Amino acid sequence: MKILVCISKVPDTTSKIAFTDGNSKFDTNGVQFIINPYDEWYALVRALELKEANGGSVTVINVGLADNDPTIRKALAIGADDAVRVNLDPKDAMDAAQQIADYASANGYELVLCGKETIDYNGSQMGGMIAAILNQEFISNATKLDMNGNTATIERDIQGGTEVLELNIPFVVSAAKGMAEARIPNMRGIMAARTKPLTVVEPSASFNATEVLTYELPPAKGSCKMISADNPAELLDLLRNEAKIL
Amino acid sequence: MATDRFQAPDYYLLDELLSDEHKLIRDSAREWVKKDVTPIIEEYAQKAEYPTQLTKGLADIGAFGPYIPTEYGGAGLDQISYGLIMQELERGDSGLRSAASVQSSLVMYPIYQYGNEAQRNKYLPKLASGEFIGSFGLTEPDHGSNPSGMITNFKDNGDHYLLNGAKMWITNSPICDVAVVWAKNEAGRIHGLIVERGMEGFTTPETHGKWSLRASRTGELVFDNVKVPKENLLPNKSGLGAPLGCLDSARYGIAWGVIGAAMDCYDSALRYSQERIQFDKPIASFQLVQKKLAEMITEITKAQLLTWRLGVLKNEGRATTQQISMAKRNNVDMALKIAREARQIHGGMGITGEYPIMRHMMNLESVITYEGTHDIHLLITGMDVTGISAFR
Repeated sequence: MKILVCISKVPDTTSKIAFTDGNSKFDTNGVQFIINPYDEWYALVRALELKEANGGSVTVINVGLADNDPTIRKALAIGADDAVRVNLDPKDAMDAAQQIADYASANGYELVLCGKETIDYNGSQMGGMIAAILNQEFISNATKLDMNGNTATIERDIQGGTEVLELNIPFVVSAAKGMAEARIPNMRGIMAARTKPLTVVEPSASFNATEVLTYELPPAKGSCKMISADNPAELLDLLRNEAKIL
Repeated sequence: MATDRFQAPDYYLLDELLSDEHKLIRDSAREWVKKDVTPIIEEYAQKAEYPTQLTKGLADIGAFGPYIPTEYGGAGLDQISYGLIMQELERGDSGLRSAASVQSSLVMYPIYQYGNEAQRNKYLPKLASGEFIGSFGLTEPDHGSNPSGMITNFKDNGDHYLLNGAKMWITNSPICDVAVVWAKNEAGRIHGLIVERGMEGFTTPETHGKWSLRASRTGELVFDNVKVPKENLLPNKSGLGAPLGCLDSARYGIAWGVIGAAMDCYDSALRYSQERIQFDKPIASFQLVQKKLAEMITEITKAQLLTWRLGVLKNEGRATTQQISMAKRNNVDMALKIAREARQIHGGMGITGEYPIMRHMMNLESVITYEGTHDIHLLITGMDVTGISAFR
């Protein structure tokens, strides 16, 4: 089975977030980037497990410029067979989804995996958009994915329980926590990644459906006032006279 | 131990001096340490046990012989990669870094550099995969800073050598499968011999009661008429320069490693000082705490730059014994001082296993002593700049 895994580059969770250009652009200065954890830990690793069990190939795809290559190389070190970078700085999710769908369609991928969301914009749009363009089924937030021949069994967490689905390839699935266990690249993988192909392809027509006007940081956290457990009177006084909620 | 919230300081954007592969290697080692080492290392140090389950992980991240060529099972990496792996391991624990240093620089390195093809093929792949654990026998009970006075010796007994003597303070001795042992022949010339566990008369009693490197095993190597096959002699170099060449490589790894310990102490102290409230404000607000933190990050940054430059020189084959000595001495001293200052910032919490500080501090007391004491390294630099030896 030919599997395509979408890899997004996101700021490390410890990064300080700031904006430039009148709050319309994310300031990448000094920011460390990582592979989106949902893409890496769950989608990619589960794809590798399926390949190891059933054969086939795992390609990772990223839509971005050359500065994404180190991030993509890590996916190769973890175990992907080859990588594709569509040479385009995408303007929005639809722009990236169109590129990935075009590549998947042109190259006959039978299964497309992505993380349930990226941890920067948290859009959760990519899988659904790719599936819509490909005119395939889309299963979101899958926690389990097993293949038996061309038939997949998928589990999703739903309100109060689990939903179990069955469907045939080709389809698109977004991976949630639980689908696999993160792998750390080992030295053998890092060495192998040196010679694995990272193909750069030029984009199909680029367009954006949305435009970012501004970003805003969330309001700063208020300070926390600690009150001794043996002084409930002070707590009541503060709630009454300072917070004025009693 | 509390959750590992380590964030590596990089005040001078040194990451920009590293290649993408350097960063991938370092970050993978860092991830592994966070996942498999820091959650358990405190407990093992408290129990004075070596976590044997980590051996496979150490091999996987390339900690055993990273610069040994791939045809012998190594990773064929450069010296900066080796240094970065040591840094990340020692961020976890100096005992773990010591085990990897010994395996790489003191066992694999001499077999690769001074051994013949048969010896390389026989031992290096197993040492790289962690199937074999190695140890290195140079120091003796009465010969530490002065190894040339060693009394361990071997005699030519026809079809084998007969080895006698004892080595002390040997990392990994109780668990080693092979030991690279330095001993004098009948003419008084120092040679390296590969001694294997199971050879009659070879024992490895453990040193107990250490207050340092408690998660690493230390012991003696005792040779009582051990018959060593002649093919186990390292043929390509003899004299004191041979073991000292190994020490250059290991000291280089230490110079990187201790930056890891220092970064961990600084990172923990910085976070603690921002969270610990006294007099209604974080203790990071106080000038004396800020002075400590400012000095710590300054010293770490200087050590990072020194060591990176040393790595470049080593990659080019230009790093001298004296340059390596300076980096080892400076960086260990820096790390030990930072551990002590970080302990102060943590107050009483700093003495508990809740934080890694006291463990690093106690470990570093060994690191400042082994592979050339701080004072001996001062004399190496002193001799280098004056041209006068103060050893004799």
